[in-house]
Amino acid sequence: MSQIFDTIRGFSIRDRIAQAPNWARKVGMLLVIAFAFYLPFLNILPFAYVRTDLTSRGSDWASVLFLVVVYMIVAVGLNVVIGFAGLLDLGYVGFYALGAYSIALFGSPSSPVVEALQNRFGLSETWAVPFAMCIPIAIAMSLIAGVILGAPTLRLRGDYLAIVTLGFGEIIRITARNLDNVTNGATGITNVPTPPGPETDGRAFFNTVDAERWYWLALTILIIIIWLAFRLEHSRVGRAWLAIREDEDAAAIMGVAAFKFKLWAFAIGASVGGLAGLLFGSKQQYVEPNAFMVNLSFLFVAMVVIGGSGNIYGVLLGAFLLTYLPERFREFQEWRPFAFGVALVVVMILRPQGLVPSRRRAREFEDRKVEAEEAAADV
Amino acid sequence: MDFDALISGLDRHTLDGITRGSIYALVALGYTMVYGVMKLINFAHSEVFMVGTWAVLGVYTVLGVGAGESLGIVIAATLLALVGAMVASAGTALAVERIAYRPLRKKGAPPLIFLITGIGCSMVLVELFGQVFEVFFGPPFGRVTVNIPSVLETKELFTIPGIDLTITNTRVIIIVGAVLMMLALDTFVNKSRLGRGVRAVAQDPDTASLMGVNQNRVIMLVFVLGGAMAGVAALLYTIQYDITKFDIGFIIGLKAFTAAVLGGIGNLRGALVGGLLLGIAEVYASTIWSSEWANVTAFVVLVVVLMFRPTGLLGESLGKARA
Amino acid sequence: MSDQTMQGGTASVPGAQVAPDTSDHDALSIHAGPQGETLLEIDHVTLRFGGVVALNDVDFSIKRGEILGLIGPNGAGKTTCFNVMTGVYTPTSGEVRFNGKVISGTKPHKINQLGIARTFQNIRLFPEMSALENVLVGCDARHKTSVLGVLFRAYRVRPTEDQLPDNGFKRAFAKVFGMSRHVLEERGGRIRAMELLKFVGIADRAHELSRNLPYGYQRRLEIARALATEPELLCLDEPAAGFNPAEKEDLMDLIRRIRDLGHTVLVIEHDMKLVLGVTDRIIVLEFGQKIAEGTPDEVARNPKVIAAYLGEPDDAA
Repeated sequence: MSQIFDTIRGFSIRDRIAQAPNWARKVGMLLVIAFAFYLPFLNILPFAYVRTDLTSRGSDWASVLFLVVVYMIVAVGLNVVIGFAGLLDLGYVGFYALGAYSIALFGSPSSPVVEALQNRFGLSETWAVPFAMCIPIAIAMSLIAGVILGAPTLRLRGDYLAIVTLGFGEIIRITARNLDNVTNGATGITNVPTPPGPETDGRAFFNTVDAERWYWLALTILIIIIWLAFRLEHSRVGRAWLAIREDEDAAAIMGVAAFKFKLWAFAIGASVGGLAGLLFGSKQQYVEPNAFMVNLSFLFVAMVVIGGSGNIYGVLLGAFLLTYLPERFREFQEWRPFAFGVALVVVMILRPQGLVPSRRRAREFEDRKVEAEEAAADV
Repeated sequence: MDFDALISGLDRHTLDGITRGSIYALVALGYTMVYGVMKLINFAHSEVFMVGTWAVLGVYTVLGVGAGESLGIVIAATLLALVGAMVASAGTALAVERIAYRPLRKKGAPPLIFLITGIGCSMVLVELFGQVFEVFFGPPFGRVTVNIPSVLETKELFTIPGIDLTITNTRVIIIVGAVLMMLALDTFVNKSRLGRGVRAVAQDPDTASLMGVNQNRVIMLVFVLGGAMAGVAALLYTIQYDITKFDIGFIIGLKAFTAAVLGGIGNLRGALVGGLLLGIAEVYASTIWSSEWANVTAFVVLVVVLMFRPTGLLGESLGKARA
Repeated sequence: MSDQTMQGGTASVPGAQVAPDTSDHDALSIHAGPQGETLLEIDHVTLRFGGVVALNDVDFSIKRGEILGLIGPNGAGKTTCFNVMTGVYTPTSGEVRFNGKVISGTKPHKINQLGIARTFQNIRLFPEMSALENVLVGCDARHKTSVLGVLFRAYRVRPTEDQLPDNGFKRAFAKVFGMSRHVLEERGGRIRAMELLKFVGIADRAHELSRNLPYGYQRRLEIARALATEPELLCLDEPAAGFNPAEKEDLMDLIRRIRDLGHTVLVIEHDMKLVLGVTDRIIVLEFGQKIAEGTPDEVARNPKVIAAYLGEPDDAA
């Protein structure tokens, strides 16, 4: 199995892309982006077989694309934490939930928080915090949560951090379910606002029917986030993360403020997670605690590590596979968690660095393997 | 917040807490031993416990026993269920080790990868009972709560006069059973030759293997012992709560892990102390607020312990500690 | 020694004999304070680990602009001394002052920012980074761009004439709106890192992963990385370990050139010839205590030092 991958790597598309002239790469990138924007209308056989709405029981194609892109945003954000900084965060769904709940709590006219504000300041019953204001609120909420969670725990060993973050994700969900007078408890919050836009046919621009508009919005945000993530990777920040991963003590002595950079990774990951949650909540126009079960955290981690943690293209692939395949083959939906479990075990054993690994990660694993073999040979 | 309820029923709540805590402590042993030897959090251990509860159900179903049997049958059925749960749990633990961890050990993968395959195994086991077996065998498997016959019925034994505390037979069995099993394990690790191997690997794996300790065998032994303890916990759990479900492992596993960290992960006696303290704290918290918040208590305790005393109350180390 | 052999590279790798460095390194000089003033004081430092006394009332100072040697038999506490200075350990009693400021107990990265950098006895590079990137990590210690600055590049500075881009449009844009400090720092860092690699003589393999570099290159790369943080005080921990005589000569020359840039240098070394040849002053430690201090000549004649070294013939070079 892994030999097959290695053979594929022999052809190395990556090298060819790297060797291509600058303009060719730019044109190629634009073509890929244009194709991505065109995807909702893809209806030419045989390519149309990728659509998920071929049967009457299938799910809406544009909605699936939207979900794929939202999870891609999640994967890119979580990759900053896991892939770049090397911290295992098992509670990422907590930030995702915080983002969704932020927009619901402040943006929905029927949320208890907004109702309290209405009563307090004598505002009309339809008043709510405008959508544009909800975005900074959502990002700030998840960012603050990230810092509050990270500050005491980032000094812990990696596996402890994983369990603590796992607990955090559950705390967010349990809190959302039980704070009846703030979050409406298990009932959830309706009337979550959508982005503003010109009305067409008497419907809001971002409505429940025309899902491709949501997809385009999410795709635009995804592209911006990927662009920012590349900026981070190829800067002093990315170098600092790599240095910390390779030798934290030496990095500190070379002036790298290890804790600060880890906390930044955590905070950046958290705010991206919050943004993705906001998109999700806004499209659903309904937020309830059961949408944020702990399994979702495992799914997020699976996207990153199966795709190839540390490599942005890898995690995009991971997010695509783990979101799209279950939707395309919906008749097996009940089998999805089982398949994830099997995939996690199999991929990690055969290819611990992921399907499309970062080159550095791949070499790190190769080194460790050799060391382990040498150690075994010594005994 | 209802402190009056806590104060007025303090003795009862404490007893409740100790009962819960004993179960946590038994499950915590599995985390603690594996961590002590491999410096690894066996994420799938929660599912080892879950399998144990199903084994109890399986044994009862095969024997065809239910509530209200005669004393002899009750004892025999319970003992058989104990053996069945221990074997099933230990077998599951061993399978997890062979399938998910050993190949990675050979490759020298970093600890986070172990954690991820552990999560994968955990999902597979959960889904086996929640989905796969349902498709093949139908009920009782599936995503629903399943009742387990209360073969061992709860009976009031006596009431402690003065404080008006009623002691039931199940509580006695749970607490005494848990403590006995822990004593047995403690003695085994400290006194037996195999136990010495475990402690040696925990202290220094390289030197231990140079001294002729077979590391693989020690690791298997640790998984088997931890699994068996989880099996005991599974039986005690079913005695107390009479239910099982495909996903009961997760939350109990997290709490048991918290208990292990609280007592000092890698330290057997720490698991007992941590389990009992966590159980009591949880019951108190759920009395003061509501039972929904009990789970949050565990996590808050975990974070606070890790922040202020990351080595736990009794300190970590399977090798150094007397237990 | 074992990890040197494991590196696979022998000390006499072709190319490790460095071509004389001809480029102009004025750009690398640092602004050092008045020469001859006390830079670092180790003030009666004692360090205990449980019952073991690693450093016992060690007391010496380093003057700005000098090359100071720290020698002593194995286990004398030389590296421990470095670790106390760079914040890895906090002394049990006594204190360390740098530029008059107490630094004992300060975090390692803060100490680096104050102006102390070091190399490691057992090389500790970032193996998956190229040589250039390793040095860049050092340069980053002096860069001011924050994470938000990297992301949004909002902080603009007015570029100097030679920093302006060549492209006419971009040039006009930069003249009006200034340039992102991050971009300038990144570019400046690369230039400086390359200069440093030239300075230590390994620029020919700048883009190779540091783990693939031969041993001698790795040692030099560590020095370049430490220099990149612009330290007033550079601490070298056995920089000549595993070097052949020709390489040692080169190294002595390098150490002198480093001093000429304005750095103060503290060297731990076993090789007496190298230490006596390059240093201005020497401190001798044995069993965690200072047993002698003075110029190379004085130290070489000191009976205590001779006894300490004759007692350990391995270390007498």
